[in-house]
Amino acid sequence: MATAAYPTRRGFFTRPRSTTGKWSWFFTVDHKKIGIMYCVTAFIFFIVGGLEALAIRSQLAQPNGEILNAEVYNQFFTMHGLTMIFLVVMPMGVGLMNYLVPLLIGARDVAFPRLNAFSYWVFLFGGIFLYSSFFLGGAPDGGWFGYAPLNETLPGHGMTFYALGLQILGVASLAGAVNFIITIINMRAPGMTLLRMPVFVWMTLVTAFLLLFAMPIIAVALFELMFDRAFQATFFDPTQGGDPLLWQHLFWLFGHPEVYIMILPAMGIVSDVLPTFSGKPIFGYNAIVFAGAAIGFMGWGVWAHHMFTTGLGPVANSAFALSTMFIAVPTGVKIFNWIGTMWGGSLRFTTPMLFSIGFIAMFIIGGLSGVTHSIAPHDAQQQDTYYVVAHFHYVLFGGAIFGLFSGFYYWWPKAFGKLLSEKLGKVHFWLMFLGFNLTFGPFHVLGLNGMPRRIYTYVEGMGWDFMNLLSTIGAFVIALSALVFIANVVITRRRGEEAGADPWDARTLEWSTTSPPPEYNFEEIPIVRHRDDFWHRKYIETPEGEPARVLAGGAVATHEHEAGHGIHMPSPSYFPIVAATGLPLLGYGVIYFNSTGKALLVLGALVTMMGLFGWVLEPGAEERV
Amino acid sequence: MSHAVDSRESEEQDHHPQPGQYIKVAIILAVVTALEVAIYYVDALRDVLVPLLLAFAVIKFIMVALWFMHLRFDSRMFRRFFVTGIVLALVVFGIVLWIFFTHLGGPAPTAA
Amino acid sequence: MSTHEVASAPVAEHHTSTGLDNTKLAMWAFLGSECLFFGSFITTYLLYRNRVLDGPTPHEIYDIPFTSVSSFILLMSSLTMVLALAAIQRGDHKTMRVWLACTALLGMAFIGGQVYEFTTFVEEGLKISTSVFGSSFFVLTGFHGAHVTVGIFMLLALVGMSMSGRLGDRHEGARKVELIGLYWHFVDIVWIVIFTVIYLIPTN
Repeated sequence: MATAAYPTRRGFFTRPRSTTGKWSWFFTVDHKKIGIMYCVTAFIFFIVGGLEALAIRSQLAQPNGEILNAEVYNQFFTMHGLTMIFLVVMPMGVGLMNYLVPLLIGARDVAFPRLNAFSYWVFLFGGIFLYSSFFLGGAPDGGWFGYAPLNETLPGHGMTFYALGLQILGVASLAGAVNFIITIINMRAPGMTLLRMPVFVWMTLVTAFLLLFAMPIIAVALFELMFDRAFQATFFDPTQGGDPLLWQHLFWLFGHPEVYIMILPAMGIVSDVLPTFSGKPIFGYNAIVFAGAAIGFMGWGVWAHHMFTTGLGPVANSAFALSTMFIAVPTGVKIFNWIGTMWGGSLRFTTPMLFSIGFIAMFIIGGLSGVTHSIAPHDAQQQDTYYVVAHFHYVLFGGAIFGLFSGFYYWWPKAFGKLLSEKLGKVHFWLMFLGFNLTFGPFHVLGLNGMPRRIYTYVEGMGWDFMNLLSTIGAFVIALSALVFIANVVITRRRGEEAGADPWDARTLEWSTTSPPPEYNFEEIPIVRHRDDFWHRKYIETPEGEPARVLAGGAVATHEHEAGHGIHMPSPSYFPIVAATGLPLLGYGVIYFNSTGKALLVLGALVTMMGLFGWVLEPGAEERV
Repeated sequence: MSHAVDSRESEEQDHHPQPGQYIKVAIILAVVTALEVAIYYVDALRDVLVPLLLAFAVIKFIMVALWFMHLRFDSRMFRRFFVTGIVLALVVFGIVLWIFFTHLGGPAPTAA
Repeated sequence: MSTHEVASAPVAEHHTSTGLDNTKLAMWAFLGSECLFFGSFITTYLLYRNRVLDGPTPHEIYDIPFTSVSSFILLMSSLTMVLALAAIQRGDHKTMRVWLACTALLGMAFIGGQVYEFTTFVEEGLKISTSVFGSSFFVLTGFHGAHVTVGIFMLLALVGMSMSGRLGDRHEGARKVELIGLYWHFVDIVWIVIFTVIYLIPTN
């Protein structure tokens, strides 16, 4: 292979040689560093989106609130939604996938390390681009689903930022999806058959397929919106024959798979955490994998349940009501799998375990209120009320965020070598659990009492005052819990307990290497003989059916002498970040489509092309310094 | 290594058609295109024009995919990705257009 | 077809779980994704093609003989593309460059035709702002043209890499040419659909 040899002369296109120091983060192609960057960035956005939520809740704490005016309120709730979906839940999931998938399948890196770095930088720049709108005349203010024709009649650049910002973020998602699909299909260690893969890897695969086929649809919707707003097209303008419902169809064709894109990684995390702390293999592995795939498949047939009140006609309404009820079946299967895993196990209630159990409980509530939406006449009552807000916060916060925090606590010692404090972790969990239910539980009642979504204030005497106050108090309790988490991280950094390779007595391959793992992950590529292979290396079954520890079984490879010598890892690269820089420039160019804007368009195109040319032409590797 | 190269070479010989076959496929594609344009102008075929045109397009589509893109000769895995995309697109957009044409005041489902 | 199962696939240079080349698999995944991309635009067009307001109708404005010629040009560029692949598989870099350049030239001719078509339509009173028919027509065919343009750049890059000796040996070169070829044929396939569904099928 031509790329294996180091070039004797360094040409114009070179690769960075150092893999340590602060600059190495900019040019790294190591999936673990990229995973950490994803999670850290997403957590910062989590704080920002949380502050927006606190402002919203403060405004709604009492009738006739005066903290935010209507204009700012619209921007805040829109940006809160966009942030939490596109800049928090999705990238946190992607961050964990990045860090874990190669480790879980026994690979040294993802299939396309540079593409992986490109995804991260595009995501970061897309997020910054979206947020720069606050300083350039106002943020998007038409709701996260930006319904037509409001999305084109709103003045200012807000919704143009929406169209272009989400477009940029979509590029990152699509590149990431392709990368993970190929990694999981093609980079597995010997013996790691598809049905030996940890459930998290399976859920990653399903998520990646959903992204692969859903992102192009929203890309088209956003392009059409962009042409409407910036170039005088009339796709969604009813006065020119445009059909606002086309937007809804395209949006929800993406938007419903999107909710599974957000929840499936969390389901995967929980499916790996529960067996570890129950001391049992996952109950019904085949069923849980198949259910995940079934959710991914059926997720394509339910989009119009978001549109029951638009007059789809009785046939479509009935069909989509039924498909929505059916999709609860594989979801229910998973819940029984999780309960069955814990049943009769020797449970250890560590922080990750508590978050996983919290996930199951909250997700059941959110799932059940979701089933009530599937009944079309019922939905007509709930449409656009706080009941819907309660539902999706129970699945996306109570579900996805709880699952993600479970993953953070579980894999933190692997990534940083130190255990997060269990004491503070439990305070974090209980505060968050309490605050969460206090915030979003009352929304069910508010919604059924008729409080509509997206109103910036309300008059007294509607019977909504008490529940709103309760909810606001809950929001601040959640904020407190986030502070406890940050404190935990800071304290752990200073004086955390050393974790060792396998602090949880876990089951999967990532725990067989050191904490943190070396750049090349595994000294030797593991040969996999079982599902939960690492467990089988540590334990054998006694005749009584009890596990017995194998002497020195599963010992972590620590051949310090010439560790990692002779393993060729891809060199860092300058070009992913260069290529990514061009995209926001193109975005600003479209928004300011005057002479400056056109110059920006040319500049953005040149920068991206230069990045791609360097990408293709740079040498395959450089000698390390 | 040389053994691997040899086996790869013979695989490629097996797998990919020769230029002669490519040219034959291209001639068929050209003829079908000519037919498409021709029947467009034949008034006698008005009633069956749309099904005929669609059939011709499908033939061309499949020929390019199977021969020029080698799906006929390559691993099934590649085909699965592509077919999944096509089938998914046909189904979901079929449903969207059906909803529009039957219930949302779109144009009557004539040609589509 | 069972003889071409995964297990018997050629051994790629990376030792992958399926034995299939990573980049080729990635390209097919991307093309699967593109089906939904163009599917969305075509759906938009089908919904809007009769909504012309005061502007010209599709039937009035399309120049079928002209578009037939440019469709034919694009179709034949797929032939020159596979001939380039066959050449590099024989190790014949020079012939490959000729065919790649031909492919790029045919692509440019197609784009030239599209520029002419767009200009004529605008002169005849169909702009992107005229009606939703205009919006959906220009954006759909425009995005297809953008794909062709990207393809032309990639073809020229291949020619340049071959001339400067960066394309690699015959197997590495064939791998790269096949990859770009897949993209090029896909763009051609999309035009096969567009030519029939957008241009030939009459509206009421």
